[in-house]
Amino acid sequence: MLMSPCLRTVCVIVALSLSIISSQGQQKRTLTIYAATSLTDAFEELAAAFLENRPETDIVLNFASSSKLAAQLLAGAPADIFASANSSQMDLVVADGRISAGAVQSFAANRLALIAPADNPAEISGIEDLGSKRLLLVLAVTGTPIRDYTNAMFHSHNDEYGDDFANRALGNLVSEESNVRLVVARIALGEADAGIVYQTDVTDEVRDDVIRFPIADRHNQIASYPVAVLADTALPELSEAFIVFLRSADGQAILGSFGFCPPPREADEATAETSQDRFIKDETEVATCEGLEAEG
Amino acid sequence: MKVWKLKADKLLLVAVSAFAFLLLATPIFVLVVSGLGSRAWEGLPESSSILTATLLSFASTLAVVCLAALLGTPLAYVLSRFEFTGKRIVSLFIELPIVMPPAVAGLALLITFGRRGFIGGWLADAGIVIPFTILAVIIAQFFISAPFYIRSAQIGFSSVSAEVEDAARVDGAYGWQMFWYITLPIAWRALASGMILCWARAVGEFGATILFAGNLQGRTQTMPLLVYSVFERDISAAIWTGLILIVLALGALFVSQWFAATQDRLD
Repeated sequence: MLMSPCLRTVCVIVALSLSIISSQGQQKRTLTIYAATSLTDAFEELAAAFLENRPETDIVLNFASSSKLAAQLLAGAPADIFASANSSQMDLVVADGRISAGAVQSFAANRLALIAPADNPAEISGIEDLGSKRLLLVLAVTGTPIRDYTNAMFHSHNDEYGDDFANRALGNLVSEESNVRLVVARIALGEADAGIVYQTDVTDEVRDDVIRFPIADRHNQIASYPVAVLADTALPELSEAFIVFLRSADGQAILGSFGFCPPPREADEATAETSQDRFIKDETEVATCEGLEAEG
Repeated sequence: MKVWKLKADKLLLVAVSAFAFLLLATPIFVLVVSGLGSRAWEGLPESSSILTATLLSFASTLAVVCLAALLGTPLAYVLSRFEFTGKRIVSLFIELPIVMPPAVAGLALLITFGRRGFIGGWLADAGIVIPFTILAVIIAQFFISAPFYIRSAQIGFSSVSAEVEDAARVDGAYGWQMFWYITLPIAWRALASGMILCWARAVGEFGATILFAGNLQGRTQTMPLLVYSVFERDISAAIWTGLILIVLALGALFVSQWFAATQDRLD
């Protein structure tokens, strides 16, 4: 008998919290967007801009490495939109059937940059030093898009700096971070000597803490960002509207202000293909992108 | 009416308890079943990474337990025998890592022992860099898990009554002798139980390690770090490492509870 008031309180709390959860669901439509870590700042601003004339809508952003997001989606995690940093992670979700191949569109491109702490403890002057000096190199973990691009970029330098340049550079690796922003954090903190990130990862917050070295266009990789609406979304029209906004002039201007390049031109025809190297080394796009970057 | 109400209460109690138990047990059960059911052992492309991580975990946690025994035993003894001002604060600081988020602990370690850190800066000048080494793994695991040993040892020492030690002192035992021949034989089960808990917590340490020591196979990648870094591209390796960790944790719990139970019976 003593237990009774206590148990009754528990029941009331459970019932109350259930009613709060359900009533919230009825009032607002919440768009859940899974986006690659490198899109963090740009998507926060894009989401704010998209919500300006839509008071009845909310956006929940989930940032992680594309490979982690793809794994979550394959495990059935609820989402409306997936924006990946490369096509191979998108292809995994397409192969699983949660995204139809025709729904995939490219919306932005990015390039790699070599960064070091502002005081440059290892006295780096370019990519070549990664293979010739003893230093602490930090990269994103194997399986993430940025790591695939980084490995390709290292191997592309082999003809210039010696056949084993990529192996020598990777020999300096001391830590594999689960996403690209953690690589930036390690360098900004000064704990490691060098890291490879996307050029857009050098954001205003860390601009004073790191220095950036250019990577020659012929070796640099162009990361193409595909986006798609999940086939099982409860909000197909709203999701579609967000992607239209993403590819509109307004959306592209916001992406451009964060250093993203416009999507490669042939992307629209090629999106259904399942090759991940199709946008690499497009000299004309690099030129367009550099013009855009200067404006931003 | 009264009887009916009592029954309803009891029913609710049982239902909520069963729900709570299922919430806790189901994920572990599913992991074990899916690991065995999907024949994960047939697809072990990166089995070398499991072996490397297991060896690294064992080496680092062995060092952690030795360090905890070496440094923690005197501290636990002091805390159980002496009264001094600020003792409560000392105890609070020792137990803080048990409840503090490991990621915060990792951050604290990084800004203390990191290359630009409070102490690490001096070490770096002397040519010693701790992050990204197995030493960093050991420090992170020690920071998180040593409190489990110290707390258990403190309780163990407290259970040895002052009269016993006084009697031994009358018989001529002193200092080391008394500790070795009187206190330790009485309290050893509590110490052993604490060591096992400390070891188990060190094996499972993730947040502080990945922040402070980084993550690289064969260098700083312990078993929990392996689970985290491979689960999206090599789910079978992640599940297998997970199974090993669950078995180790179960074994540690079992042995530590057995020690604690026999200690209680002696008391």
